[in-house]
Amino acid sequence: MSQLLIKNGRVIDPASGSDRIADVIIENERIAAVGPDLSSMAAEILDASGVVVAPGFIDMHVHLREPGLEHAETIETGSRAAAAGGFTTICAMPNTAPVNDSATVTSYIIDRARKFALTNVLPIGAITKGSQGAELAAIGSMKNAGIVAISDDGSPVMNSRVMRRAMEFARSFDLPVIDHCEDLTLSAGGDMHEGPYSTRLGLRGIPSTAEDVMVARDILLAEATGVRFHVAHISTRAALRMVADAKRQGLQVTCEATPHHLSLTDRELTGYDSNFKMKPPLRSDSDRAALVEGVASGIVDVIATDHAPHPGSEKMQEFEKCPFGVIGLETALGVALEVLYHSGKIGLMRLVELFTTGPARVLHLNRGTLAVGAPADVTLFAPELEWTYDVNHSFSKSNNSPYHGKKFRGGPVATIVGGRIVWRREAS
Amino acid sequence: MPRGLLGIEELDRTEIEAILARAKDFQPLQNHSFKKLDSLRGRLIVNLFFEASTRTRTSFEIAAKRLGADAVSITASGSSVSKGESLVDTVNTLAAMRPDAIVMRHSASGAPHALARHLAIPIINAGDGTHEHPTQALLDARTILDQRARLEGLRVAIIGDIAHSRVARSNVFLLSKFGVDIVLCGPASLLPPDLASLAPGVTLTNDIRSAIRNADVIMMLRVQLERQHEAAFPAGEYFQFYGLRLDHLALAKPDAIVMHPGPINRGRELASEVADFQRSVILNQVENGVAVRMAVLERIVGHHVATAD
Repeated sequence: MSQLLIKNGRVIDPASGSDRIADVIIENERIAAVGPDLSSMAAEILDASGVVVAPGFIDMHVHLREPGLEHAETIETGSRAAAAGGFTTICAMPNTAPVNDSATVTSYIIDRARKFALTNVLPIGAITKGSQGAELAAIGSMKNAGIVAISDDGSPVMNSRVMRRAMEFARSFDLPVIDHCEDLTLSAGGDMHEGPYSTRLGLRGIPSTAEDVMVARDILLAEATGVRFHVAHISTRAALRMVADAKRQGLQVTCEATPHHLSLTDRELTGYDSNFKMKPPLRSDSDRAALVEGVASGIVDVIATDHAPHPGSEKMQEFEKCPFGVIGLETALGVALEVLYHSGKIGLMRLVELFTTGPARVLHLNRGTLAVGAPADVTLFAPELEWTYDVNHSFSKSNNSPYHGKKFRGGPVATIVGGRIVWRREAS
Repeated sequence: MPRGLLGIEELDRTEIEAILARAKDFQPLQNHSFKKLDSLRGRLIVNLFFEASTRTRTSFEIAAKRLGADAVSITASGSSVSKGESLVDTVNTLAAMRPDAIVMRHSASGAPHALARHLAIPIINAGDGTHEHPTQALLDARTILDQRARLEGLRVAIIGDIAHSRVARSNVFLLSKFGVDIVLCGPASLLPPDLASLAPGVTLTNDIRSAIRNADVIMMLRVQLERQHEAAFPAGEYFQFYGLRLDHLALAKPDAIVMHPGPINRGRELASEVADFQRSVILNQVENGVAVRMAVLERIVGHHVATAD
């Protein structure tokens, strides 16, 4: 019987609201005990002095590119990057080749993850067949095969009638609908946020309204259908206001923010560096500030990375030809600590919540807690640790990060999945 | 040491003044029967045009040759670009042939900026997408200064498809550095409000008459149909509301000049009579193009020490 004793850590568990110096005993892949001065005949002791011991982090928005796009990432490499970022569970978006729109693809992903992933991998199914926006995907069978949500991330459902039907169906299967809110007719051809910088740089703009009108539509449809609706990578001030209104009305509406939208703005685009090109685009500093406030005030439920690997050859083109998206698993916690915690906006309890109980609530997962009997997924991080991110040493197969060379204050130090230490920071 | 010329935005006023002064030195040469100097003898300039352009390419080619440099022009349609080679690979291949400068025109905004990060060879931007066209703004300034003692205090109206115009952006950046009162005018869909923040001294209007009123310079832009991805204004209404007609000119200063970066569309953005109007300096602009590009090439290539790479 394998045992692990995590000694003397600052145990922060938002599910129970506890924040204290304590030990954690893991037995048989489950949390066996949490309390001060525990002793055990454990085979392995992990000294967590000066380190935060938190429930395993969940990233509900990851592109693993497998099946079909393995030149950019695989379930194995993506999960390694996740582990190195402190994540124990990652949700795989369905825009693979083929699209995860059937139980066959869902089962394939789960099977590959069981064999090759360091972390838990939970698939998200497509809303429509091939994410083409026309016919509903096999939502019920995918649910039976193990999906935790549906989304046509990257190819949003433009047809409002189709979205309505999808929401009705998802509700009947107790699945949340995650929408990448983008009116493609408003964003068409755009490469960055529409504003003073796009005007100056001569790059075609993606207006904030492209996001806002879809958030508005989806909230109205969610109210009408009663589905749990989640806004992926929210990026505008107006969209946040609408989510806040929906919450006040008691609707089951949630949203996530990415580390890059919390920390970067359209100002970064002045060098035409495609490592700052993603959807939604980096917005204005006013939007960014609204997002940080939204996290502090509780409008934002989750931090999710939208980890989107693209190989270097695709990112080394004319800016307008470069694909959208950046990797983010390894830098998420460092960025969040900097812009939210070290800036004094939120405390560590709230920060941990955004990575654990936040996503667990959205997806109805029995994870993100250190309660006795819960899966032994644990994230250890040091809030003051100084380290520098070198994308050339990334576990991801791609290196399209906007944070290469950045010095961080705080980051993960060890990741435990199912009681097994899957990653530890090397002493520098 | 100048490393190339990517845009006007990052140039300071002194540098612009130096280029304009040097261009003035080169103006008389255009009328000599023997037009060739040898200050860049032995240097190689590659003109790499990913987007069709007769006048800018020819102008750069003539400028290089008049300075004694060797000039090679490559257009995308005849190159490996059409065979699917990436921008970076194409330029790396050319760089291996050791040119002293690459003059580059590309339909994507920022393309020369992205390359400049990877290359030691100076890049001269001959127009990038809807971003900048620095030598056009320099030759426009030279042309204005041939008619006026100074730029300070002038009122310049730029009229047309501002949103998609690299000529407008470069002119705004340049003129603003000299305290020019700049009025940008066009249909609302081609005149995003954010343009007002491009540089100090910029105002916007959708009314061509108020733009022209008291103007010293009227700069008309070509309607960039190829850059518009949808109908940005009702079909057939452009000339009616934004075309320059002779009667408009009465609103401007009595000695106001009319400019156009070419190629002009008679009857679309300006009436045929305006193009032939005596105070139209459109051909002076073309002529100044060579002198200004000589000044730019001399400044960048002449000072460039190959061993410094």
